[in-house]
Parts: sequence; C-alpha cells; structure tokens
Amino acid sequence: MNMGRVHWLYLAPALLMLGLFLIYPTAETVRLSFYGPRSDVFVGFQNYVQAFTSQPMLIAFRNNLLWLVVFTLFTVGMGLLLAVLLDRVRYETVIKSVIFLPMAISYVAAGVIWRFVYTFRPAVAPQIGLLNAIVVALGGNPIGWLIERPWVNNLALIAVGVWVWTGFCMVILSAAYKGIPKEMLEAARIDGANEWQVFLHVTIPFLKSTLAVVTTTMIVFVLKVFDIVYVMTNGAYDTDVIANRMYNEMFYFYNYGLASAIAVILFLAIIPFLVINVRRFRAQEAVR
Amino acid sequence: MRRWRQLLKRLPVHLVVITLAAIWLTPSLGLLVSSFRPRQDLLASGWWTALGRPFATQWTLANYRQVLLREGMGRAFLNSFIITVPTTLITLGIAALAAYALAWMNFRGRQLLLMTVIGLIVIPLQMTLIPVLRMFNALKLSGTFPGVWLAHTGYGLPLMIYLLRNFFGALPRELFESAFIDGASPFTAFLRLVLPLSVPVLASAAIFQFLWVWNDLLVSLVYLGGFARVAPLTVQLSNLVGSRGQDWHLLTAAAFVSMIVPMIVFFSLQRYFVRGILAGALKG
Repeated sequence: MNMGRVHWLYLAPALLMLGLFLIYPTAETVRLSFYGPRSDVFVGFQNYVQAFTSQPMLIAFRNNLLWLVVFTLFTVGMGLLLAVLLDRVRYETVIKSVIFLPMAISYVAAGVIWRFVYTFRPAVAPQIGLLNAIVVALGGNPIGWLIERPWVNNLALIAVGVWVWTGFCMVILSAAYKGIPKEMLEAARIDGANEWQVFLHVTIPFLKSTLAVVTTTMIVFVLKVFDIVYVMTNGAYDTDVIANRMYNEMFYFYNYGLASAIAVILFLAIIPFLVINVRRFRAQEAVR
Repeated sequence: MRRWRQLLKRLPVHLVVITLAAIWLTPSLGLLVSSFRPRQDLLASGWWTALGRPFATQWTLANYRQVLLREGMGRAFLNSFIITVPTTLITLGIAALAAYALAWMNFRGRQLLLMTVIGLIVIPLQMTLIPVLRMFNALKLSGTFPGVWLAHTGYGLPLMIYLLRNFFGALPRELFESAFIDGASPFTAFLRLVLPLSVPVLASAAIFQFLWVWNDLLVSLVYLGGFARVAPLTVQLSNLVGSRGQDWHLLTAAAFVSMIVPMIVFFSLQRYFVRGILAGALKG
C-alpha cells in the first residue's frame, strides 16, 4: 500500500534503538576483540589465541560441549516422551502445567531451588537437602553435588537446565504430535506394529521437522547459558561456561579485549542458527 | 473385567507420567515449605518431615518479614516493577509502529530490513555489553533506571517487531482500503483498526517482554552494577546467595518473593503466556 514517505516516521524510533543497542555495539565488540585489555593497543589475534589455549577457557569449552550433548538429549528426549505419553491420559493439562511451570520463573530462582536440593552437610549432621537425604537413607555417604568434579557437579547444573526447558520441548512436540492423523497410527497398529514400532516408523518421521526446530532452540540456549552457572557455582570447581568466562573477564579482570574475543566466539557459534532463522522466515514468506 | 485389564495395560504410562510430574514439583514444594519454617527447625530436619506432621510444626512468616524489610527484597520488588513496566510499554509502542510500517507500507529495502530484524533476534547479548556500558558511563546512564529501560527496549525490539509484524501482516487488505477511502490517515488506521484488532497478540507480546525483563539477571547486573538501591529481585537474590549462602530460611523466602509475580501471570494468563514463550525462545 502506498502511503508516501511517512514510513520513516514509524520506523525511526526502532531503527535508532536497534542501531544504538545491537548493531553498533556488535561491530564495536568485533573491533575491541583485536585490542588489548584497555582497548588502546592493537594486538591482532592475540586475544583469540589466548581464548583458545588458556586452561579456564578450555574447561569452559569442554563444559559447554557437555551441556550441548546432555542437556539437548534430555530436554528433547523427555519432551518427546511426555508429549507421546500425555496424549494417553485424561489429566494431561494438569501435568503439562506442572512441567511447564519452571519456564515462568527466573534462572536465579531456579538456581536457589536446586542449590537447596543439592545442599551438602557432613555425615554426622541431619541432611536438609533432599538429594543427600535420599543418598543417606539408602546407606550412602552425602555427596557434594556442586563440588565433585568434573562429572557430578556439571551434570548437577545441567539437570537444572533440563528442569527448566523440558516443558518447552514438551509443549511444542505435543502440539505437533496431536497433528499426526489418528488413522495413520491406527493403520500401523492394525498392520501388527507394536507401540515401539509405531513410535519409530510413524511418529518420529512425522515429527522430524519439529524435532529439528526444538533441537536448534536448545543448542542456542546452551551456547549462551549463563545465569544458572553464575548463581550456583560461579564457575568454581571446573564448572565454568563460555558466557560466564566473558562476564568474569569483563568485570573481575577488566580485560575488555579478551572478553570481546570470547563474545565474538559465542557470536560465531550462533551464526549458523541466525542463518537458519532467516531462511525459515523466507520460506514462510514465500508461502504467504 | 475389561476395564481392569485396560487400566493394568495403561499402568506403566500413568506411573511414568506421575513420577515425572512429582520429580518436577518436589524442588519447588521444598522451597515453599522451607520458607515458612523457623531457622533452627530448618537446620535440624528436612522440610519433608514438617509435611509429615503439619500440626506439630511451627510455621512462621518471620523469614518473609526479614527478607522484605531487612534484606532488601522489598525494595527490590519495587525496583523490578520500576524496571519492567516502563520497559514493556516503551518496547511495545516502538515495536508496534515499526511493525505497522513493515507490514503495510511499501518502500525500498523493506525486505532487507525485515531480514535484519529477524537476524538480530538471536544476537547474544554478550556481543553488546562492553560498548553499551561504555556509552552509558559516558552519558552517566549506568546505575540508573532509564539506562536499563533503554537497553532492555533495544534488546527486546527485534522479537517484538517480528511477532507484531506477522500478525499485522495477516490482517485483511480490504480493511485498510475501505478505511482509506473513508479518508482515514495511516495513523488513524493504526490506532483505530490495527491496535484494537491485535489485542491477543499484543497481550502475548507484552507478557513475554514483561517476564523476560522481570526474570533477567545479566542486563541488570551489568548496567545497574549491583547497587542495592536500584537492584531488581534477580540481582538482589543472587547477592543474597553470595552473602548468605547457607541461610536457607532467608534464601527460600527471598526466592519465593521473586517468583510470585511470574507465577500469578502463569496461572492467570496461561494461554497468552505459553504462546509468548513459544514465540520467543530464541531471543538473545
């Protein structure tokens, strides 16, 4: 529709804000990543070399990778399991609310909730943390869930993420699952397929594109994961992740060059998903 | 007999589903129960023992009184509103104007602009922190509410524009044609036609932005600098974790204070809430 040149009036405030808070800072951060801690000396790729070789960063990369595999597997897997099973019970909506609820609260609150679950006290004291109370009741010794490195504590943090995000996967996959024509499932059953075969040969292929969307969303979250780690361990005992390293380089070590380089690495890892997003949008537009 | 066999066959399904739901609910339940127990009880026995004998247990509101009045959570509660409400309104207003132009006005570069906006949704905030903080320091905006309003608006805009533009673009063309024939200006059409017709999507978008800002830690941490005077709930709560890490009677109450508003929104506006969350999952 032609409305003359007034469109710029409508767009101006948005363009100004996007320019000031997203586009200019992104470009500036790329520039700063080639400068020293105080942004005054050009150092070439030195920050990147440090980012890819220093011990704390290597641990952070390893942890993000662990998050990527375990977190994604569990959120998507349990989301799918719940989507399929909940379709068969009558109290579906209640359970869905319970599982989705953690999406509403902050990661900080989630962190406090789970720090309490993981609370550790010496074997002589009564255990007030649920998990150690169970361990002790079963005859074991209390475990420092956030201290035992490298597997126990990292998995304990990842569990918090899974607790928050499984509901998201469940809701999206459930909507897609309900879109499978009932006749298709019935036909497979009449042909003698058992529930497992139906799941493998009808449900999974039908949900493939939704599974891809959910999985990419989880990966994008994992790359940027920050709050949970910041609140629960602040990266202590080898639990650090990339985003928390960036924050610490910025606020505790005032190394703006290295912090910028870490941000750029994060950005580069996310670019493929940015491209996917834009592509998906163009495909939608073409259908319109 | 058949009913029983049916039930038995379904038993594993019920078992798995109910077990998972119980696992999901228990941590929050523990938090809620503990926040009402006196300090010495909380340290002497697990919260589940109090559930076993609810009438023999001493329940108290003292933890809440202390975190609200003496540990800064009351002030933080207010700050969270001061940060969240203006941000949501400003973001929605600016996004609606831009989305209207992107949906219904023809101009060169429109497609490119849209694609840029969509690309910006997933930009990690980390890419912007240092330059924006320097800008704020130069303008004396760091540590102030207007600074956080502006930053959150900038970060929230791409997603809001995208959501609103999709909805505006799906409105029927004839609506606008007849309005313009009747002599309406583009702005009148925006105010009188587009906005009233878009209430559901505006609600979803507003709820998403509200909760995102309410639950945000990083942006407030960086631009407000953690001063108690301006700290929102998330920052104050994480400060308490640092300073009072083992005082569970306070941490549980403080965490619950920070959760009340999101929980009310969740239970009263669940439909809009879910829609908003699903649309916004990729946001930086």
